Parts: sequence; structure tokens; C-alpha cells
Amino acid sequence: MSALLYSEVEEDLRASVRALLAAHCAPEALLGRVEQPDLHDAKVWHGLGSELGVAGLAVPEHLGGAGAGWRETAVVLEELGRSLAPVPYLGSSVIATAVLLAAGETQLLPEVAAGRRIAALALPFATWPDAPLPDRLSIDGGTLTGRVQGVADARHADLLLVYAGGALHAVEAARVLRTPVTSLDLTRPLCDLDFAGTPYTTLAFGPDAERAVRAGLTAGAALLPSEMLGVAEWCLTAIVGYAKERYQFGRQIGSFQAVKHRLADLWIGVTQARAVARNAASALADGSPGVAAETALAKAFVSGVVVRTAEESLHLHGAIGFTWEHPMHLFLKRAKSTSLALGTADRHRAALAGLVNLPA
Amino acid sequence: MEVTTPWTAQRLRAAVDEFLAAHDPRSMPAAAFLGARYDAGLAWVHFPPGRGGLGASRDLQPAVDAGFEAAGAPQHNHTLHTIGLGMGAPTVLTFGTDAQRDRWLRPLWTGEEVWCQLFSEPGAGSDLAALSTRAVYDQDTGEWVVNGQKVWTSIAHEADWAMLVTRTDPDVPKHRGLTYFVCDMHAPGVEVRPLRQATGEAEFNEVFLTDVRIPDAHRLGAVGEGWQVATGTLMNERVAIGALPIPREGGVIGALMDLWRQRPELRTPGLHDAVLRAWVDAEALRLTAERLRQQLVAGQPGPEGSAAKLLFGTVNQHLTGLALELLGQEGLGYDDWTFRRPDLHSEGAAEHRPFGFHYLRARGNSIEGGTTEVQRNIIAERVLGLPPEIRTDKNVPWKDLPR
Repeated sequence: MSALLYSEVEEDLRASVRALLAAHCAPEALLGRVEQPDLHDAKVWHGLGSELGVAGLAVPEHLGGAGAGWRETAVVLEELGRSLAPVPYLGSSVIATAVLLAAGETQLLPEVAAGRRIAALALPFATWPDAPLPDRLSIDGGTLTGRVQGVADARHADLLLVYAGGALHAVEAARVLRTPVTSLDLTRPLCDLDFAGTPYTTLAFGPDAERAVRAGLTAGAALLPSEMLGVAEWCLTAIVGYAKERYQFGRQIGSFQAVKHRLADLWIGVTQARAVARNAASALADGSPGVAAETALAKAFVSGVVVRTAEESLHLHGAIGFTWEHPMHLFLKRAKSTSLALGTADRHRAALAGLVNLPA
Repeated sequence: MEVTTPWTAQRLRAAVDEFLAAHDPRSMPAAAFLGARYDAGLAWVHFPPGRGGLGASRDLQPAVDAGFEAAGAPQHNHTLHTIGLGMGAPTVLTFGTDAQRDRWLRPLWTGEEVWCQLFSEPGAGSDLAALSTRAVYDQDTGEWVVNGQKVWTSIAHEADWAMLVTRTDPDVPKHRGLTYFVCDMHAPGVEVRPLRQATGEAEFNEVFLTDVRIPDAHRLGAVGEGWQVATGTLMNERVAIGALPIPREGGVIGALMDLWRQRPELRTPGLHDAVLRAWVDAEALRLTAERLRQQLVAGQPGPEGSAAKLLFGTVNQHLTGLALELLGQEGLGYDDWTFRRPDLHSEGAAEHRPFGFHYLRARGNSIEGGTTEVQRNIIAERVLGLPPEIRTDKNVPWKDLPR
């Protein structure tokens, strides 16, 4: 049975990351920046990479990482979810890192693990771990041409990992036209990638390449529930606080059972999400043979929790929660987007049907 | 001066191993084995020495239980003894006198005496403090004379002793006029009648108390302080979390999934989706309970028990209903409506009943041990720190409350 608690080391890690985020990226301050073009928090990214050294938590030390693991990485994601800090941690330190690790890549990985170079997997963000891999790029004379739409964490990437022609390639991001997409999630905007005779270096061929790409998608889908947990925790904390300070009919709204019962249900959901997210992170960290099922379970379950918690939190905030000036909407947008990203709950339930022998 | 080393999980495991070496868990009769465990302080380790414990941290109990369970040692019949072990014992320890502890704790632990709980009444369910069973002190004999009716009482027909809350002063607000007793279930005037439920069987009882005489020596806590004692009892009503991990697809979900796998002719696309959702929900509950168990073993108890209790009812109700949907025509049948007692002495006896029985029995899950609404209040107020509901009944004498 996987370990579902947080270790002391993980709690220390959480405290460090939380302090960094509190200093540089409070939600209220973030609100003032979300409409700026090219949203990216370089200070936080530098802090995560150079000061805290958590950009390569899951990368072995001989490859320039911290030699910790995916469980610890999940704790960082929880905190990033709680703050919505616009940094490409999921794309670079989780998904692209898992791709590079699975591909046995050793030259680029130390740079990515140190946070000096940002990497992104050039696939639409909604791609799920067992999805058919699209072949949208054509290869001609040692160059790539074509378009990939709706990619997360690619706008500020230095390096793109591209699956084309049945192989995995590395591309200098500066050689690709990146067009920002107006995105539902303001704090993790997507972009479209246009390749036009772009040179590449091949990292892996054939089944190895596909395995590496799927390892990246699996790592992303296994750990995204931890980020969702952080989002849900913020939403719950915010509304519980508000229910204690908001008075109507001469009493705190949190004293009405119509309100407090809904809050109790949200807490129950978050409590479950924590166990389920930890379970998936542990399965990924341990290299468990059941990682696909635990991942599908976590993404299927926590997607529902995070969306429900954000929607209810907004509703129970009343009119203020519906305004642009309150950061609530940023969390709702992140919540709904994460539920679509890396496979919807339904896609993951469909995967479970095969993984746990519940055929249609 | 004697220096006492604090107990650790490691030291306790060693003590369990030593005990098991001296007491063959496979051949000793259950009561004798459990009695020896009590005398060795390995019953409930947080109790004081001489009362079945070692004065260790309560958080270390799961490590001890896991050691005995892994060795195949005699276990309690949970159906019969959960109330006594989980609620009776801590109440006697906390509120009882030394003489009361001497009398009741050991036979309760060994399973030789069964305990039940005379709390709820027809007019006092969620609002327990409104109860109206009267206890009047008889100056001549030094006894209390009790009259009233209790209800929804599990295992009363098997019980030797009952935790009983009574009203001793109707002229003060309801929480202040209560007194708590331990009632001899074999005393004259105690009448236990089976209470038939929606399942057709009588798992619970109603208990009529007519001029039942209880010696003052069987009072727990001071006169008028019954609410504090009752609250202490209810604080111990926690979700039963086993010492060992729960396997995937354990319990009702496993039976439902077997049905799905073995009966392809029952499948429809809509039910497929429902079955997958149910699997996910059951797993989320299992992992929540598993995380709670790991917290307890690690000595970090948290409020997650309230979540597990509420979820168990919700999930169980949903799964059993879904199983009937899946069965279709077969779900229209039932095995037996005969008015009878369930078999309390062989654990797992209910597993042979059909899904229809489990569907009906599950309706009680959101009512027993505190309704889901009461559970939500507890989570909201104790875990989330939300303000309590505004009350109109706290400062009114009990006799003047509308009822």
C-alpha cells in the first residue's frame, strides 16, 4: 500500500515553496498582472530553480537534479496550485522532464533540472496518456513543418520536445513561431506553435519515442491532481474564511446550515482528493506497475472535486465572487481548465475500464 | 528514583511479540487470551497500568492491534462488542470511580459482558439532550427509580449492561438536568422488544424501563452532569478503522464489480458509466480511509474520520442501489421477509443476503450514529470552525420546551 501521508522533508519543502510564493505571487497581486502579455513570473521561476533547487526534484543527482522524486514534486505542485503562480513547472519540471528521463536523454536534462532552460512537450494540453498521438508535423530534409495548437507552458520555453514521424525530437523554441492563445485559464495561457522548416535533433526513435511521450503524459496526469488539490484547498479556505466574516440577516452566513453543510461537503471532497492525489504521486514515484490505473483514478476523481469546489466557492461568495476584482475567478478558470487538461474525467474512466477489467 | 522510558511503536511491537511467545494465539480460548492481554496492559495501551493499558500514547494502539491481527490472535466479535469497547470502556475509565473501573473494564474487554447504549428515545433522536426518561432518587433505599422508553438500541437483547442517560431535573435547561448511569440489563423492569426494520428483520430494539431500580453506586459522574458524560461517550463514537489496509474492491463494491464482470448480458452503456463512476467513488473512499489509518498508525490522528463515516453511508447507499439497477428483473425479488433477529454471533453472516437486503439496510447508514446532517454540522463547526446554528432551546427549562 502506498504511503499517503506527507513526510517531514515534504512539509519542509512545502514551507519553503509557500514562503517563496507568498513573497512574490499573492493571488490579489497576481490579479493585477493577468492581462499583461506574456504572463510569466521570472522571479518565482528563478526562486524555484536557483534558490530552492526544485526544478529537477525528480531528476537523479548525476543528471543535475535533486535526486528526490515525484512525491516531492507533487508537493511543489500543490503549492503552485494554491497560488496560481504563472510558471511552467508542470510543463517543464514534470511533463518534459519525464519525457527526457524516459528517453534516456542526458545532455539537455541537467539544464532543465536546474531550471536554466525551460522545456515543453509540443502536444495539445488536453492530450491524455493513452490518446492516439497526432502526426501533425511533416519532416522534410531534416526540418519540421506544420502546426501544433493549444500547448501549455511553451510560450517561455527554450526547448520544445516534438513527436513527429514516429520519433522524438528536440527543437530550439526560438526557431518556432509561438502565437499566444486567448485561454480560459488566464494564469496558464496556451500558445500555438508554427514550425516552418525548423531544424531538430532526434532524441529517440520508434517505440522508445512513443514510450517517452506517454511517460510524460502519464507523469503530468498523475501529478496534475496534486496541483488541483492545491487549487481546491485555496477555494475552500477562501470561502470558509468569508463565511465567518460575512454577515447577512444579522448573523455570519457560515452559521446557516444551508451554507455550512455545503462547506462540510467541500471539505469532505478535498479530504478525499488529498488521499487520491497522494496515491497517484506515490505510484508514479515508486514506478508501480499500477501507475496507469492510479493515475486514471486520480484524474477522474480530483477533476470533479476541483471544479465543484471552485464553482461552489464562487457561488457561496455571492456577488463579490462573481466580480473581476476578486481572485476567485482565476481559481475557477484554473480548476475547469485542469479538469480538461491531460484527459477529462470521462477519458480517464474509459481508460480505467480497460485497466481494471470493467469492460463495456 | 524510577525513570520511565516513554513507549514507542517499536517497544510496543516487541512487547506484543513477547506476549505472543508466551500465549499461543492459536490454541488459547478467546476470553482467556484477551484476559491475559488485558492483564499485560496490551488491551488499550493508552489506559493506565492495571486497567488494560500501559499509559502509552493512544496513537500507538494501531501498531499493537496490527501485531495481534497479523498473528491470527483471537479478536473481538465486532458486532457484539464495538459499542462496549469503543464507547463504554473509555466512558467508564474517564468518568468512573476506581470501584466502577474494577467491576466493569476487564469483563468488557474479554467479551464476557456485552454493553449497549440507551441514549435515543422516540422524542429525542438528533436532539439527544431533549430526552425524557426520568430517574428519581429514592431516599429510603439510596437507589434511583427509572421510567421511560429508549429506542434504536442495537444488541440490547444480548447486552448485560447499558450506558443510560436520564433526566433527573426537568426544571432546568435540558443540558443541565441529565444524569448518566450504568444500567443492569437483567434488572427487573427492563423490557427489550425487537424493533422491526425496513429489511424485515429486527437488528435494533426498543427498551422499556418501568420502575427499574439502579443503585447510586452505578451512577457515572455527578448528578446533573450526564450531558458531559454522554458527550464523552459520543466523542468516542468514531469510524471503525481496521489495523490492516483495506484491499481494493473490498466489500460491497467487490460484489458489484463481480456481478458486472460475470454477467455481460446485464450491461448497458449507461450502467457502464455508472459502474465506472462507482468504482472511482469507492476507491476514493477506500484511499481516504487508508490515509486515515496511516495517520493513526503514525500517531497523527486527524479529523478525517468524520469524512469517512459520512462517505461510507453515501457510497454504500449508492452502490447497493446501482446493483439492483444492474440486476433488473432479478432485483425485483427478495430472499426472506420473516420477522427475525440477525445472527450476531457469526461475523459476515449478512454477506449471504441479496443486494435487495443491502440496499434496504444501507438506508440506515445516513441515520445511525448521527445523521448525515448532524455529521455535516460537526465537520462545519469542529473542523472548519464555522459558527454554530443560533439556538432557541438552550436557556429554557426542559419542561417548558415545545414538544
